Amino acid sequence: MYIVVVGGGRLGYYLSKALLTEGHEVVIVEKNASFCQIINDELGGVCVHGDGCETVLLSEVGTARADMLIAVTGDDEDNLVACQVAKHKFQVPRTIARIRNPQNEIVFKELGIDVTVSSTSVILEHIQEEVPTHPLTHLLSIRDQGLEVVEIKIPAESSAVGKRIKELPLPKGTRLALVIHQTQKPKVPSADTVIRAEDRVIAITSSELEEELRNTLRGTWNGPETEG
Amino acid sequence: MRIVIMGCGRVGAHLAGLLDSDGHSVTILDTDAYSFRRLPPDFKGTALVGNGLDQEALKKAGIEEADIFVALTQGDNRNVMATQIAKHIFSVPKVVCRIYDPLRQELYSTLGLETLSPTTVFAQMLRERLEG
Repeated sequence: MYIVVVGGGRLGYYLSKALLTEGHEVVIVEKNASFCQIINDELGGVCVHGDGCETVLLSEVGTARADMLIAVTGDDEDNLVACQVAKHKFQVPRTIARIRNPQNEIVFKELGIDVTVSSTSVILEHIQEEVPTHPLTHLLSIRDQGLEVVEIKIPAESSAVGKRIKELPLPKGTRLALVIHQTQKPKVPSADTVIRAEDRVIAITSSELEEELRNTLRGTWNGPETEG
Repeated sequence: MRIVIMGCGRVGAHLAGLLDSDGHSVTILDTDAYSFRRLPPDFKGTALVGNGLDQEALKKAGIEEADIFVALTQGDNRNVMATQIAKHIFSVPKVVCRIYDPLRQELYSTLGLETLSPTTVFAQMLRERLEG
């Protein structure tokens, strides 16, 4: 694939390095001449000095035949414009923008950017997951379906402990994919699998149902099956 | 009319003064409080410190009820992004955006933004002055 990377900072540098190793044709556009020099010394002549939001420069580097443009400068507005110019002026099939302000995710989607990656959210999430008491960990999102794969730890005080999965009031549309018990091999749960304290459950849910799912597996509640 | 202006530079401050004296309700946003010194002393509108790319700041400036949004910061890309937020997220009926780069201006006007490029406008004015 031919890929144009806008922004030759640390992210742009390592990204391009990885893409080159995978055998892609890569050109980096970077405003800062000394960054360009460093990249060209280390990766070979792949970096062009200039503004990646400018039509003329993007045209010079052959954006019209690019399969993808990835904008990874430090400024959200520059990434937005680079992607929009690529999309509307050069009909680049796929545009990816890095965003710093997580709020902009919705804005960028609305404005036609194909994929956004929020570095702030990614880092925040990873740090949160390292906090041992963190109740719910995001493992993966399946973007186009709006689904999340999450891991939930079952605390001893949860109402779900000792119950079979069919007895749990799971929100409709969520699925438990795997139950990992401390001393046993992970298994794909059936309706009769019993949830035990300290189990780790891998589940698939939509983002709206996440809260409800967490309450079912971690909270205390009185379901219809729990009477007596 | 309710007007939100982003960027209190020379043009922003001057425009805010004019619209204010015409009786409109004007809110002007800038990231630097010091730039409000440019507003005329009798300015009756609101001057707010805030980043026009931030939706919270825009809401504080009353973007949800605004009739007009004008982006006049020094950065073309900032203007373009803020204007698109005003138009597509907050559905402001009239948005105007300053873009210095004539090529970028051309692109965004074909994408349906109302844009002005001081570069082309001023060059044309100069030509008329010099040739006429």
